Amino acid sequence: MDTAYFLQQLINGVTLGSVYGLIAIGYTMVYGIIGMINFAHGDIFMVGAFIALISFILFALTSIALPIVLLLTLLIAMVFTACYGWTVEKLAYKPLRKSFRLAPLISALGMSIVLQNYVQAAQGARIKTLQPVIQGGFTFMEDTGFTVSLSYLQIFIVLVTIVLMAIFTLLITKTALGRAQRACEQDRTMTALMGINVDRTISITFIIGSSLASVAGMMFVMYYGVIDFYIGFLAGIKAFTAAVLGGIGSVPGAMLGGLLIGLIEVFWSGYISIEYKDIAAFTVLVVVLIFFPTGFLGKPDIEKV
Amino acid sequence: MEKKFFQTSIKDSLFTGLIALALFGPIVGLRTVAKNEVLEVHPKWFIVLIIVIVCAVGRFLTNLYVYNRDQKTGIQSSIGKSISNFLDTKGYQIALTAIIFSVIFPFLPFTDRYLMDIAIMMLTYIMLGWGLNIVIGLAGLLDLGYVAFYAVGAYSYALFAIHFGWSFWICLPIAGIFAAMFGVLLGFPVLRLRGDYLAIVTLAFGEMIRILLLNWYQLTKGPDGLTGIPRPSFFGLPFKSFPDEGEQTFHTFFGIEYDPMQRIIFLYYLILVLALITNLFTIKIRRLPIGRAWEALREDEIACKSLGVNPRNTKLTAFAIGAMFGGFAGSFFATRQAFISPESFTFIESAIIVAIVVLGGMGSQTGVVLATVFLIGLIEVFRDFESYRMIAFGGAMVLIMIFRPRGILATRKPTITLEKSSSK
Repeated sequence: MDTAYFLQQLINGVTLGSVYGLIAIGYTMVYGIIGMINFAHGDIFMVGAFIALISFILFALTSIALPIVLLLTLLIAMVFTACYGWTVEKLAYKPLRKSFRLAPLISALGMSIVLQNYVQAAQGARIKTLQPVIQGGFTFMEDTGFTVSLSYLQIFIVLVTIVLMAIFTLLITKTALGRAQRACEQDRTMTALMGINVDRTISITFIIGSSLASVAGMMFVMYYGVIDFYIGFLAGIKAFTAAVLGGIGSVPGAMLGGLLIGLIEVFWSGYISIEYKDIAAFTVLVVVLIFFPTGFLGKPDIEKV
Repeated sequence: MEKKFFQTSIKDSLFTGLIALALFGPIVGLRTVAKNEVLEVHPKWFIVLIIVIVCAVGRFLTNLYVYNRDQKTGIQSSIGKSISNFLDTKGYQIALTAIIFSVIFPFLPFTDRYLMDIAIMMLTYIMLGWGLNIVIGLAGLLDLGYVAFYAVGAYSYALFAIHFGWSFWICLPIAGIFAAMFGVLLGFPVLRLRGDYLAIVTLAFGEMIRILLLNWYQLTKGPDGLTGIPRPSFFGLPFKSFPDEGEQTFHTFFGIEYDPMQRIIFLYYLILVLALITNLFTIKIRRLPIGRAWEALREDEIACKSLGVNPRNTKLTAFAIGAMFGGFAGSFFATRQAFISPESFTFIESAIIVAIVVLGGMGSQTGVVLATVFLIGLIEVFRDFESYRMIAFGGAMVLIMIFRPRGILATRKPTITLEKSSSK
């Protein structure tokens, strides 16, 4: 019974952690390259969830096979949400690159309010419910009195996350684009002098971050089946916590942090208290920032005069 | 040359139209509507078409008429500068006029119940803005969870007043002390964090307080909120139309007719006095060593450390004092509403207060007043368009950061200057 319960929480935690990890990559990449907390990133995730929802509803009217629907929805969500990320960067952050330190954060705060209320105005304030897209799954350990279930959806979520993370890790470590990104992180002026288009590199970073967030959004809407315009706020803070926990600026750190936050949240609600599950993430955030602000895989940040 | 420019403009605006289509197509064009528990999509392509055309044409026109010009320094900066100059030279007279106006405001012929309510709300936000200005404007710490202290003040006032029956004037300082204690409690561990980390942690703290208020049912009654918070009395004289046997009320004591407006007017003066105390306190403390240490810390922390200023204690006092004024404002809110629930203390309230301080020009006391009148007025005028007004509000924050990152009143006068020696 206890082992079964533990195993079930573990499965749920890994699934949730995948979603947080995907959002956290967007935070960590943007922080790495321009040193700002993209406060609107959680709302980009929310927009991605809405686009995936609309796409699922439209495909439900047709008779296309399920794997193709999933693939098409994934692509549609990524492309359209990437447009949002790109536009937000161009409108709200690019003009502020040389401004004082807190200016981009306040601008991002404004952008987050705009996105939330824009989706509320366009799609209505009521919660949206999606019928389950992938049904069924495995069950085991039935004899212990607590049935552990591993749904196909959970397998799908974890698999897609692993594949996407592998692709993007390769992109960052092996390609010219990844080199340009890492160069921009170190020294933007020098990178520009080396003939790399810094603006373009930053734009692409936002596009990658937003499309990963949209995948997270798609999984969120499939997993919970319920979304509204406000989901981005909490998910955003938790994913940011994940990014900080893993070490902000580090992509593998974001994945690790996401996984840990997912597990912490699920075990907290499973064993301690479900009402205070959001407090768990916030407490982790505060504790991590105070005791080891560089996170697990981050580089120490030395302030110089 | 001219023709080529025209061509690129056309191309650029077509591209803008395409992006606008991608942005607004799915979200605006395909509205999901629940019908019999199942979502349906209702297309709204006409609105999308209009938005796309507006974006493309707008981009084309700005390309042609704005970016084409050599002179890019807009009128915004000159307007701000002239306002600042005007306030610099006439600042004292203007402040005096504003105070006199707000003192006689309840007795002006056009003042009615509705205007009084808005004025009280504005003054509450002005007080919160002035309180937060100590933290953001003077000490340079971006606090996104200021509403938590407002909530702590409101709840501690309400709980003391309900359970112990203490009067407003006893509960007010207690609420302030409680809020300040929370400020120290939060500030102690987190204040060594850098600017943007601090912002996120304070935000998380604000949410934690709200979740706590929502779930601690025995103490706070959770989402039901606290009701029956005692109304304030005029130094022991309650505002009641039908006094109990042998009880003296405000109107019997002064021998005048009972009027429900009397209580509103009293509340108005109460918040006016509280706000002015906050302002006076800030003006005075800026000249004291601690106030100067705040401003120095805002400008350069490392230089401050090398001069022997203890950054943690200095920041902590700013945080605690800011929180205390938030707590005062909270207890006023509780006594005015007579009902509080966690609904009133959401993150958006923090965002509004931060926007007031930032829009006004961080550190400028007059700026806070201007920004409050502007923003709360804006929100009040567009009361019927709930989400559109918040879009405008968020958009305003972005635009201010782009065009006037230092706020409306951007110029910062040094608090203290050396006097020119007379011998020269």
